[in-house]
Amino acid sequence: MNAPASTARRFFLQASAASAGGLIIGMHLPALAASEADEINAWVVVQADETVIVRIARSEMGQGTLTGLAQLVAEELECDWVRVRTEYPTPGQNLARKRVWGSFSTGGSRGVRESHDYVRKGGATARLMLVQAAADEWKVATTECTTLKGVVQHKASGRSLSYGKLAGAAAKLTPPAEVKLKDPRDWTLAGKPMKRLDTRGKLDGSQIYGMDLQMPGLLSAAIKDCPVFGGKVKSFDAAAVKAMPGVKLVLQVGESAVAVVADTWWRAKTALDALPIVWDEGVNAAANSTDIAAMLKAGLDAGDAVVGSTQGDALGRIAASARKLEAVYAYPLQNHATMETMNATVRYTPERCEVWTPTQNGEGALAAASEASGLPPAQCEVYKLHLGGGFGRRGAVHDWVRQAVLIAKAMPGTPVKLIWSREEDMQHGRYHPVTQCRLRAGLDAKGKITGLHMRISGQSIIAGIFPQNIKNGLDPVVFQGLSAGGAEGALGYALPDLLIDHAMRNPPVPPGFWRGVNLNQNAIYLECFLDEIAAAAKRDPLELRRELLAGSPKHLAVLNAVAAKAGWGKPAPKGRHRGLAQIMGFGSYVAACAEVSVSKAGDLKIHRIVAATDPGHAVNPQQIQAQVEGSFAYGLSAALFGECTLKNGRIEQSNFGDYPVLKMEHMPAVETIVMPSGGFWGGVGEPTIAVAAPAVLNAIFAATGKRIRELPLRLHSLKA
Amino acid sequence: MAQLNVNGKSRSCDAEPETPLLWVLREQLGLTGTKYGCGIAQCGACTVHIDGVPTRSCVRPLSTVSATEKIVTIEGLSPDASHVVQKAWDALDVPQCGFCQSGMIMAAVALLKAKPKPSDADIDAAMTNICRCGTYNRVRAAIHLAAGQLQRKAIPITIQTEGGAA
Repeated sequence: MNAPASTARRFFLQASAASAGGLIIGMHLPALAASEADEINAWVVVQADETVIVRIARSEMGQGTLTGLAQLVAEELECDWVRVRTEYPTPGQNLARKRVWGSFSTGGSRGVRESHDYVRKGGATARLMLVQAAADEWKVATTECTTLKGVVQHKASGRSLSYGKLAGAAAKLTPPAEVKLKDPRDWTLAGKPMKRLDTRGKLDGSQIYGMDLQMPGLLSAAIKDCPVFGGKVKSFDAAAVKAMPGVKLVLQVGESAVAVVADTWWRAKTALDALPIVWDEGVNAAANSTDIAAMLKAGLDAGDAVVGSTQGDALGRIAASARKLEAVYAYPLQNHATMETMNATVRYTPERCEVWTPTQNGEGALAAASEASGLPPAQCEVYKLHLGGGFGRRGAVHDWVRQAVLIAKAMPGTPVKLIWSREEDMQHGRYHPVTQCRLRAGLDAKGKITGLHMRISGQSIIAGIFPQNIKNGLDPVVFQGLSAGGAEGALGYALPDLLIDHAMRNPPVPPGFWRGVNLNQNAIYLECFLDEIAAAAKRDPLELRRELLAGSPKHLAVLNAVAAKAGWGKPAPKGRHRGLAQIMGFGSYVAACAEVSVSKAGDLKIHRIVAATDPGHAVNPQQIQAQVEGSFAYGLSAALFGECTLKNGRIEQSNFGDYPVLKMEHMPAVETIVMPSGGFWGGVGEPTIAVAAPAVLNAIFAATGKRIRELPLRLHSLKA
Repeated sequence: MAQLNVNGKSRSCDAEPETPLLWVLREQLGLTGTKYGCGIAQCGACTVHIDGVPTRSCVRPLSTVSATEKIVTIEGLSPDASHVVQKAWDALDVPQCGFCQSGMIMAAVALLKAKPKPSDADIDAAMTNICRCGTYNRVRAAIHLAAGQLQRKAIPITIQTEGGAA
């Protein structure tokens, strides 16, 4: 019997199913170590045993922000680093306390750079209160007291008290209105290469990720969303699988998905795989990648482009130039492919909706839970669990949380853990936007650039996720790294006659923020085309860049640093060739020099990458180094292998078999230069990804004379 | 009721014979250190040892594992993260998100057992696990460290300030 789609959320419960509430006995909820009255302030709790708990609002997903933010707080607090541990406040607590912890959003490499000021103030304020408590006890002036490693000292009288002993009194004091933060030049803990705080549990399997959560009475759910974007469920035959082992419930989730709940996930997935589902594939049933490419190609010539950046008269100067260059580049759709697939555990009752999930934005998850449950945010709560990778997938859109809430809502009182299969994760991502770019340049008789026009055609993330933020057709994120100035991503090159515009063309594939975002393809477009210009003008690619960056000293400094360390200008080892790229993004300046060889048979070997990062202030050089190394893995994975294609309205790739990613054998040696010039705060999790592909593509050109303008590389032969 | 020998203990589990060992470990035995990443033996996050052989447990049906075969998961590698490979991982701060690291460590332990002094080519061939954070170079260095082939206990960092390289 087929269940009509109109009777949504049709389900059955087996007699054995735990359908009532009251089963949750002994469940340990993540809770703050101290109440508001016992903490020194929202950021710092000092316990009697001298343990210092630093509250972290941003999510740890491997990028090291947990350690970096704790360092900043501990630096100002002057506590003993070995006593520091961290905890997450919940989004519900943040809401109840008028967002005392600020934003929970962990994306755009913002973890440190947008919260350094208030977390340091949290540490500094707590220190002053501990000092005040000691001074009150001793009846001396606070100016006579000093602090070191968690102890307040009064040198004149030789007295000292530990933070643990002072915490109770300090917590009762009124916080000082103003605090002075340390000059980063005086840092002793921040700014130093430090090991991560969260390693141990990752060595012995004890770290609990979202997928690992267990609790009494927990059921598991597997889900299948309509493979065609925009399609719906027409019908499904629940009766066909209801007798399968462990199955508790078969239900429709929203308009487009069907889920099976069982006592284990494997049984839920087995039944879901056997479940006959008929889809209404809707208007996108025939959409495919060829049509998307044609649509984008038309955008390259379209008259409806929105200007992102313009100065001088680029088109006029190019038209009047003796020599013109033109090239079209293309960047594909890509899946984030986090190692841990999307998952959430939800317990719903008519009064309360609780969610346990790995998320890059706990407050976003809370909003999704509220919307899906129909309960106000104050009756919802999200407990953030460790993320098995984020890369932007788990931040702006919480589609899996909505699904999990709808499932749990059908079984009030029973906690249900929804886990996406890898196949579901691959086919229902929020994909790296697909774009093409036509670049046109004019050259004068001396080979100097007279004008440059970049026409970007393609998908807008903002139009797909926050359409209300599109003003006059402009998606500013499209122009990442190409801004005329500013602290986020200024174009370093002096190009007086420049036009950069965007013809928005949105295919029926949901876009998302994908680690590095639009900086990734913008760096490829600009840095590879600049290499083309250098080749056409018979200029050295480094010399050309140096000339154009003469007025941008920070851009130039990272470029010069990689050129020097890589040995640019000196012969490379036999058979090896070099390529350069630089860009500014997420507030930081980055550059890379790649050294590659290509065999006659066309086999590419990336031997070595030299990379430099100027993030202004470097909070933890060791973790910056890890982010730079990882950025080459992520960026080169995208360049070499990453592509999702659309056929009949659905993503063709299903797993790592047909969506290959970079592995150990492909990974180049990475030599990282961390060069903090001070005075600003840039991100480090993303910017370097953008220089990975263009540095390698430019090196491939140097090695082979082949100019690869369409990614991924695996589609091309490099054979001589 | 199937019998398994896991981390030195005999365990019984109630699962269909075709259930992958991964899900028996995770859902029947509560050993969640072994991870699901792909379900098709591509990513290696589910790697365990069966009689010392690194095995992708996501495609190994319960029915094909006998009660006498000795299964070791990440939880059973050492009681206190003191295995030489775990110590090397700790020394070089290898994990980022960490989700793949159980499988990485189990694969590395098996490699070092088979080849106590592995070359880079040996590491490339044996370590086919996927890491999306990009810890590969640290994994490689940690394997060399565990093998006694790396003297330094940290990855060198070049920090360059206006005063020159530090």
